[in-house]
Amino acid sequence: MTRFIIRRLLQVIPTLAALSVLLFIWLRRLPGGPDAALLGERATPEARAAIRERLGLDEPILVQYGRYMKDLLRLDFGVSTQTQQPVIDEFLIRFPGTVELAFTALAIAVGVGIPVGYLAARRRGGWLDNLVVSGSMVGICTPVFFLAFVLKWVFGEQLGWLPTFGRQSPGINATHVTNFFVLDGLLTREWDAAWDAFLHLLLPAIAVASIPFAVIVRMTRASVLEVLNEDYVRTAEAKGLTDRTIRGRHVLRNALLPVVTAIGVLAGALLSGAVLTETVFAFNGIGRFVYLAIQNADYPVLMAFIMFIALTFVTINLLVDISYSIIDPRVRVH
Amino acid sequence: MRRPRWKAGIAAAAAAALALSGCAESGRGGDNDGADNDATLIFGTEGEIKTLDPTFSSDSITSRVANQIFETLVRLKPGGVEIVSGLAESWEPDESGTVWTFHLRDNVTFHDGTEFNAEAVCFNFDRWHNLPPGLAQDPDMSYYWQALSGGFAENTPDRDDLGDPLYVGCEATDELTAVITLSRPSSKFPGLLVRQQFAIHSPTALEKYDADNVGGTADAPQWPPYSLEHPTGTGPFKFESWDRANQEVTLVRNDDYWGGKATIGRLIFRAIPDEGARRQALLAGDIHGYDQPSPSDWAALQDAGMRLEIRDPMNLLYIAFTIDSHPALEKLEVRQAIAHALNRQAMVDAVMAEGAEVASQFGPPILPGWNADVPQYEYDPDKARDLLAQAGYDEGELELDFYWPTNVTRPYMPDPQSIFELFQRDLEEVGIVVNPVAEPWSPEYLADVQSGKADLHFLGWTADYPDMYNFIGTWFARPLPQWGFNNQAIFDALAEADAEPDADTRYAMYEQINAQIMEFLPGVPISHTPVAIVFAPNVTGVPPSPLLDERFETAQITG
Repeated sequence: MTRFIIRRLLQVIPTLAALSVLLFIWLRRLPGGPDAALLGERATPEARAAIRERLGLDEPILVQYGRYMKDLLRLDFGVSTQTQQPVIDEFLIRFPGTVELAFTALAIAVGVGIPVGYLAARRRGGWLDNLVVSGSMVGICTPVFFLAFVLKWVFGEQLGWLPTFGRQSPGINATHVTNFFVLDGLLTREWDAAWDAFLHLLLPAIAVASIPFAVIVRMTRASVLEVLNEDYVRTAEAKGLTDRTIRGRHVLRNALLPVVTAIGVLAGALLSGAVLTETVFAFNGIGRFVYLAIQNADYPVLMAFIMFIALTFVTINLLVDISYSIIDPRVRVH
Repeated sequence: MRRPRWKAGIAAAAAAALALSGCAESGRGGDNDGADNDATLIFGTEGEIKTLDPTFSSDSITSRVANQIFETLVRLKPGGVEIVSGLAESWEPDESGTVWTFHLRDNVTFHDGTEFNAEAVCFNFDRWHNLPPGLAQDPDMSYYWQALSGGFAENTPDRDDLGDPLYVGCEATDELTAVITLSRPSSKFPGLLVRQQFAIHSPTALEKYDADNVGGTADAPQWPPYSLEHPTGTGPFKFESWDRANQEVTLVRNDDYWGGKATIGRLIFRAIPDEGARRQALLAGDIHGYDQPSPSDWAALQDAGMRLEIRDPMNLLYIAFTIDSHPALEKLEVRQAIAHALNRQAMVDAVMAEGAEVASQFGPPILPGWNADVPQYEYDPDKARDLLAQAGYDEGELELDFYWPTNVTRPYMPDPQSIFELFQRDLEEVGIVVNPVAEPWSPEYLADVQSGKADLHFLGWTADYPDMYNFIGTWFARPLPQWGFNNQAIFDALAEADAEPDADTRYAMYEQINAQIMEFLPGVPISHTPVAIVFAPNVTGVPPSPLLDERFETAQITG
C-alpha cells in the first residue's frame, strides 16, 4: 500500500511540470493584461507602459518562465497583481473558507443523499422513490445562484433566521488561527465565533450541495437497486442473516463503489470553489478570487490556482483508490 | 468485532477535539475603549481596500476608509463642493500664486500622541516629493501626487511623463504656520488637497513603521507595516483592525479628537462585492448602508423604507472626436452635424437614472465656471443633414468607426451597449454609416481610444476635486492622441486659467473657455448622472457628498 502511494505521488511531478509549461505559455499569450485595470479611464498610455514594464511583461517569454520556475522551486508563487500580497497568503486566507464550504456541502449531500437514495431503492415505487426521481431533476436543473438568492430571501430577509453574507458577522472580532473559522472558534474556545461561522456556512452549503445531492441520491438509488438483484443478496437473505447485516455488509458496501467515485469527482469540483455561490453570499473563498483573477489577468494567482487544482484532483483520486480497497477487499492496490 | 470499531473511532475523534480545544489563545483582549457600549455602524463596500495608506491608492474604497482616519489641510464642506478649513484654519497665496501660507489649527494631536504642527505638515509634503524612484513612483501607486506635482525630487529614469515638479519646498516658519512654495501657480492648489492622498500622517509613525518602503523588488511589491497595520492620522476615528479573511476593516472612535467626538463607537467597513448581495444585506438589516446602488433599485429601496440620498452629479459622459483620424472630422460642419444628430435627451430618458440631465458643456453645472450661455446643439436631424451636405457628404458617403466598451459599467455610463445602439441609430438616421467597434474596457478599449485609433468613441470622467480644470484641463490643455487636435488658443487659455491664483477670476476664465470649447466642438458632451448612497431607515446624520467624501462621525443610529 505504501509503495503504491509513493509511486502515485512520484507520478505527479512530471505531470505538474508539463502542466506548468503549457499553462505559462498559454496564459501569457492571452490578450489583455493587468496593465491599467487599476486606473481605468485615468490610465494614460505612459501609465500603462510603466506598469507593463514593472511587471516584466515586455521580456521574452522564456525569460519570464525561467524566473517563474526558479521562484516556484522555492515555493514562492509570486505576488497577486490585484492585491499586491503574496499569492500564498491570499490562498491561505481564502482556501480554508472554500474547504469549509465544500466539506459542509458534501456532508449534507452525502449524509442525507445516501440514506435517502438507499431508502428510495429499498421501497421502490413508493412515495419517497417517486419524490427522489422527480425532485432530483429539479435539483440538477435549478441554477445554483437562483437557489442561493431564494434561500437568502426566505431565510435571511423574510424569516431572519440565518445571515445573508460573509463567513462571519461583522464586528464579531474572532481570532483567526487556521482560517477554518469553525475550527478556530473551537480551538480558541470562542464558542460564539464557532457557532456564528457555522450559521454562515449553512445557506451557501445548501445551495452548493443541491447538485451533488441530486447526483448522489440518484447514483445510490440506481446502484442499490442493481445490487439488490444480485444473487449473493438473495443468498444472504436465504441464509437468514439479519436485515442489518445484509444492508451493511453486503448491499451498501457493494453499492457504494460507484458512488464513492462520484463523490471524489464532486469533491474536486467543490474544492475549486463555487464562484456563483461565493459571489451571491459574499463568501470570501477561493472561487470568487480566482474569477476576479481571470477578469484582471492576475497571472500569478491563475498559475498557482491551476497547479493547485491539479494537485487536489490527484490527491482526491488517490484517496478514492484507497477507499476502494477499504470498502471492497477484492480490489488490491498494486 | 466490526461494530466497536466505528464507535471507537468516534470516541477517539471526540477525545481529540476536546484535547485540541483551548489549543490556541483567543486574541480578544480585554480592552474595550468604551466603544462596545456605543452604536456600531456597518457599511458595505464594493471591494476590499488595498492599503491603509492613502498615499499609494487611487480607488474610492480606500479613500472612504481613509476619510475617517485622516484629515487634510483643507476639506470639502460636508455635503457640498465648497472648500473649507480642515487642519488649516486659513490660507492665502502671495501675489504670484507660488507661495502659499497655511495657518494651522492648534491643539491637534495624532492618534499616537504626536503633536500636529507645521513641521509635521512639511514632513508629509517632503515625504511625497522624495518618494524613491521605482515602484513608489508608479502611476498606479502615487497617482495623485503625480497629478498634483508632476514629478519628484528624483524621477524614475525612462518615465517620460514625469517632469519638473510643481512642488518646490515647505517651510515651518513657526509652530502653526507652514509655507509651501511652488514652481508655478496652479489651479490644482489647494483644491486637489481635499483628497485623502494629501492627508497629514504622524511623522513618528511614518518613520517607525517604514511607510515608504513599498516593494522589496519590482517583481514582488510589498506593503510596509505602516500601510498594513499602523495608519496614524488626526481624524475622528482610529484604526483598530483589518481582518483580511472577512474583508473587514474596523475603526473605533477617537476620544481625543480636536473637534466634535464621533457619535458612534465603532465603524466597520465590510466588503460585499456583489451588488445584489449588498442590497439584500441592507434589506435584511445586516448592514446599515452602502454606496452607489444601481438606479434600477432606487424605487424598490425607497419603497422598502430605506433612506436613499441622491447626490448632485459630478461626472460627465461624452463622445469624443479623434479629429485627426478622419478628414471629415476636421470640418467643423461635420462635428456640428453629429452634435445635432444625437438625440441626447431621449437617450437620457431611456437609459439613465432619475435625475440625470443632458450636458451642455464639458463640466457639471454645480462647479463654478459652468456657463449657461454656451453654444447649444439641439436635436435636429434635418439641420444635421444640411450641415453634412454643406461639408460635401451626401447620404451614405460618410463612414466612421465608432468604438464602444464592453464588460464595464461606470457611474456615468451604466449601460454602454444601449447608449451605443441609440446613438448609432441617430447617426444612421442622418445618413452617416457607422462602423461599430466593440472592445473590452480594459485594456483594449482604453488603450485604443486613448492612442487615437477611433473616429468616435465615448468615455467619461468623475471629478477628483471640485474644480472645473479637473474636467476641461484633463482633456484640452495640451495635444492628446485621444482628441487629435492642436488648438493653440484653447491650450493657451487653459494655461492662463491654471496660472491664475485668484479663484473668482479663474472661474470667469473657465466660463469663457467652456464657450470656446463648445464652439470648437472637439466632442459632444452627453450627460451628467447622479449617484446615490443608501442607508437603513434608522440611520441619519451622514450628509451625502458629491465627491463620495461622506463622513461618519455625525452618524446616528436610532432604535
